Amino acid sequence: MPEMIDQIFVLLKHWLLAYVPAALQPIVSAVLSVVPVLVAFPLLFAITTVLERKGLGRMQNRYGPNRVGPFGILQPMADGIKSLTKEDIIPRTADQVVHFLAPVMLVIASFVVYSVLPIGKNMVLANLNAGVLFFFAVGSMVELSVFMAGWSSRSKYSLLGAMRAIAQMISYEMPLVLASVVVIMAAGSLSTVAIVNMQAGYTGIWPRWYVFTPWGLTGFVIFMIAATAESNRCPFDMPEGESEIIAGYYIEYSGFKFALFFLGEYLGMFATSAMAITLFLGGWAAPFSFLTWIPSYVWFFVKLLIIIMAFIWVRGTLPRLRMDQLMNFAWKFMLPLSIINIVGAGVWHLIPAGFTRWLIDSLLVIVSCVLLSRGIRRGKSFHVRTYRFAS
Amino acid sequence: MTITFLLLAATTITGTAAAMSLKNLVHCVLALTLGLVSLAALYLQLGAQFVGFTQILVYVGAVAILAAFAIMMTRSAEPAVLTGSSSFRVSGALIALVVFAVLGWAVWSGTGALAVLGPEPEAPVNEIGVALMHRFVLPLEIIGLLLTAALIGAGILAMDETRRTK
Repeated sequence: MPEMIDQIFVLLKHWLLAYVPAALQPIVSAVLSVVPVLVAFPLLFAITTVLERKGLGRMQNRYGPNRVGPFGILQPMADGIKSLTKEDIIPRTADQVVHFLAPVMLVIASFVVYSVLPIGKNMVLANLNAGVLFFFAVGSMVELSVFMAGWSSRSKYSLLGAMRAIAQMISYEMPLVLASVVVIMAAGSLSTVAIVNMQAGYTGIWPRWYVFTPWGLTGFVIFMIAATAESNRCPFDMPEGESEIIAGYYIEYSGFKFALFFLGEYLGMFATSAMAITLFLGGWAAPFSFLTWIPSYVWFFVKLLIIIMAFIWVRGTLPRLRMDQLMNFAWKFMLPLSIINIVGAGVWHLIPAGFTRWLIDSLLVIVSCVLLSRGIRRGKSFHVRTYRFAS
Repeated sequence: MTITFLLLAATTITGTAAAMSLKNLVHCVLALTLGLVSLAALYLQLGAQFVGFTQILVYVGAVAILAAFAIMMTRSAEPAVLTGSSSFRVSGALIALVVFAVLGWAVWSGTGALAVLGPEPEAPVNEIGVALMHRFVLPLEIIGLLLTAALIGAGILAMDETRRTK
């Protein structure tokens, strides 16, 4: 019975396909696979906006949205209707075509990456041989749409925002890719399905996820920090810092195009989180062997929601980084650490299983972490900041 | 000659032609990106997943962005008026013709290689990795060294500038 519930969506699809003439089956099968993804993730986006505003409100001692529906849960509907009925304003000097294409391209790229993410057992749109590579390749199209949006608006704020965003995205894409290289080394495959399958199985009740190894944990932390920067979220929200350049590269967009940028940004965040789950947290696998009766897609979304919660928590807690701090952190700390981490993963493969490789790998990571942070700190003195007029 | 191939070929040619003929530099970069993406799609159509995705990752994710970034850093938002002299055009056409002739000759004389193509490998990405690490390890190392040198050189150039301003 648990297997049937686990596979219910797959079975449903095959049952529906049986009623379709053979000639149309490939097209209908593709539609039946794609539509749920196109529905589920924007829905998750709607839920996340409420959760985020409520959560941030709680952290900042205020209520957050509480007027639309019970506890304000219908807020995204109100937001959607508002952005649909707003006037679509295009600046007179803007480059009309590029201005229109930018949000379209962003949303397309954000949706296309979901095709390689395994959402549940046997639930992946395309099991590509080079799935991880596909993910990063399509993800890099987002940068181009950010540039298009920032440049075509012909606004100084937009251009500044786009420059900041692209500089940040390029810098953090390297640690992002290098952090996932360790998993590719361990799994010996670029296919997301194969990576999840390699992490299947349990020792005792504990799972064999890559995050439970020294290099996996380091890779996961680097991946998540870089993912925060890639999705332009706090504390890396320089490109759209509300207090400095208002909204960054999409300031000149209004109405539904603005909503599309918002959607694209959140979809990108979900996709990178889902990639982190696939690479390091065992994909759709249950965290304990006695919990495998819960369907795989439930586990996937539970993990995704936990990561989203962490994102909201970080946003409510940390202040924004300065541009030089951002760049120094990316190039002088994250990049060397992720390269050392690759060496660590190689060492892990060469040494037979046991206590020794745990010790060597942990030492390698901890020592390099300490040395690199010392290197960043060199020549700077930190002290409690005092405000003269207040004391 | 399927319809997908014809469509992709048309997009590639349109994109690259637009990249050469458009007046606005940013439009040129975007059109070039379109050409490169459809070229990647052509690779994918031939069953070369790894090459296709790497093409997108490198050319769209790095080269196009770098070009765009350079334009943003150095030029104002106004479209630049380009006036190419006729002698420049003649020499350009000549060079293009020569390059096309060489490429055409290479493609023409290389058709014999098609016959030795074996069956499609099980895991193409793995085979590319094995080939890079065994047969082509020396070119790989040389390229790595070259790129490292370029990276260090770029760093030194940037460092020098900050020193002068101090």
